[in-house]
Amino acid sequence: MAFNYEKYLRIEKMPTLWCWGCGDGVILKSVIRAIDKCGWNMDDVCIVSGIGCSGRFSSYIDCNTVHTTHGRTVAYATGIKLANPDKHVIVVAGDGDGLAIGGNHTIHGCRRNIDLNFILINNFIYGLTNSQISPTTPQGMWCVSAKRGNIDPTFDACKLAMGAGASFVARETMIDPKKLEKILVKGFQHKGFSFFDIMSNCHINLGRKNKMQNAIQNLEWIDSITLPLKKWEALPEEEKMNKFPTGVLRQVEQPEYCELYDMVIEAAQGKRSKITQDDFEKKI
Amino acid sequence: MAFEKMELNEVEVWDGNFAAAQAMRQVQIDVVSAYPITPSTPIVEGYAKFLADGYIEGEFMMVESEHAAMSGCIGAAAAGGRVATATSSQGLALMAETLYQASGMRLPIVLNIVNRALAAPLNVNGDHSDMYMVRDSGWIQFDAYNPQEVYDLNLIAFKVAEDHDVRLPAVVNQDGFMTSHTASNVRPLSDDEAYNFVGEFKPMNDMLDLDNPVTHGVQTEEDWHFEHKARQHNDLMTKVFPKIQEAFDAFEKLTGRRYNMVEKYLLDDAEVAVVAMGTSVETAVEVARELREEGIKAGVIGIRVFRPWPFEYIAEAIKGLKAIGTLDRSSPNGALGALYNEFAGVLVNSDQKTVLTNYVYGLGGRDLTKAHLREIFKELKANADAGKPTTELQQLIGVRGPKLAYL
Repeated sequence: MAFNYEKYLRIEKMPTLWCWGCGDGVILKSVIRAIDKCGWNMDDVCIVSGIGCSGRFSSYIDCNTVHTTHGRTVAYATGIKLANPDKHVIVVAGDGDGLAIGGNHTIHGCRRNIDLNFILINNFIYGLTNSQISPTTPQGMWCVSAKRGNIDPTFDACKLAMGAGASFVARETMIDPKKLEKILVKGFQHKGFSFFDIMSNCHINLGRKNKMQNAIQNLEWIDSITLPLKKWEALPEEEKMNKFPTGVLRQVEQPEYCELYDMVIEAAQGKRSKITQDDFEKKI
Repeated sequence: MAFEKMELNEVEVWDGNFAAAQAMRQVQIDVVSAYPITPSTPIVEGYAKFLADGYIEGEFMMVESEHAAMSGCIGAAAAGGRVATATSSQGLALMAETLYQASGMRLPIVLNIVNRALAAPLNVNGDHSDMYMVRDSGWIQFDAYNPQEVYDLNLIAFKVAEDHDVRLPAVVNQDGFMTSHTASNVRPLSDDEAYNFVGEFKPMNDMLDLDNPVTHGVQTEEDWHFEHKARQHNDLMTKVFPKIQEAFDAFEKLTGRRYNMVEKYLLDDAEVAVVAMGTSVETAVEVARELREEGIKAGVIGIRVFRPWPFEYIAEAIKGLKAIGTLDRSSPNGALGALYNEFAGVLVNSDQKTVLTNYVYGLGGRDLTKAHLREIFKELKANADAGKPTTELQQLIGVRGPKLAYL
């Protein structure tokens, strides 16, 4: 039987505002199927989105949703999660939102390892404002704000998340929605900060200026720059820098922030001794 | 000059955003540091295009937030460059901290604000919430009602801001979409005329003058902070208007187009008038004209310079008016509108008896129709005849549900 999306969507908000052929719709459906797989009650799910095309997630999914300011999704979501540690919080942000204007919040969310699911829809461009370079726009590509080609070095979002301390880091593209769904389920079920770098197309505002006029051409390019982690590891060193590994890149058990915070509450209530370095594995 | 000049037609068809970008090209901005936001993005995009096409010798920095955009502008201006950028709404809100830095450091940056509502709820359409939010930030603030004025006021803003007696940043406001994305006829100056009108940029106290090193914005506490702020306020109160007047006069001589601190339309024998900003001014003038044929002596006051507040010019403009309605396009959130309060401040010590009422309209891009304005003028006429308010002091215009009016 075909999957029934209707019970998860605000049907009155359809059709979406996304362009024809946009990957955001595929990701939206994958997120819904992953939530369904996890068996979560929608009253226990909160979607937090920022500004940009990805910001529409909070309009379309029928659960508790917050449409926040540009770049501040993780800050809002941290508050939401700390107030309701038993709820499931999914953050959706774009590459501009999550890595440029909101880059500082993203790294500190990773560092705290708070149990948030951070979905970075990475389309390599500011799409909603019609084509300006973002932190993931490849060097040498053209867009409206870089009419002679982009010289800014490109961010590897997963490396950033791993370096900052996220305990679950995965990359997938929207080309294979089934794979995407599986990896989302894995991350959703992981306790701690789950960071997903989901590569998607923007043939309208990136593709058309870079010889990828339609969605398929844009997706073929994404396909050509990604390959599964195992295959990526087998590549000669000089080729590694030009490809992005996909799959679960990191999954480790690390103390989760809400649980750590319980220690503070217990200490304040006199239910435990004061917190010292001995309470933590890492001692400096 | 290493850059190319652009041949412009006597009349061009530009929207407000492109008019601002063209003015920025003609005055040869050294640095634009910017971050995209609807509806102002095409201004900085336009600059980037002119730069890429060889029409400007400058630098375009695409940074990671509006906060960084204005910070970059401040750095470039402090280092001795001619600097400009553009933003709207949430971007301006994020920039707010650095706006005070720019004015406190006395750096002549020009900021185009394409006015848009402030979230929440999220909205990309035009109202004046963002303009009102930064009105006390120490910037000179101009308001344009159409693309021609956006172009003209940009040139004027650079001339005034960079004057060594002024040395303050300036904002040029335009309505989001209604002006920024609506093309109309614009009569531009030639590249040489425009550049010569503003003149060559002469830095003052710039950091990179190695013979005379300076510092900007360092900490002062109760010992000196007040003196800095007092000097800035004093300059805004006493020095800026004469310089704006000089620029307006020079611009009229050059183009025949006259600007005033306060624009007066049909006011000479007017009995009632509305006060407005942005595109609403032009709608109001059209309605006032129609009502005059029906025997109502209607006029319109358009605010051209919002900061410094043109107190004395307002006092002169309202002489003889029996009723005034101020139109505020921003939610006052628990008070009378900003324009109402500013006008009340002018009226309170004057001898004349004028009934003053307040209308809040157009939030989030809601249209102000001619029918609304006809209704407003008729209420003002009733106020004038009665010599007192015949309506509540504040009414919300064009909102769904039961009528909302207060005081």
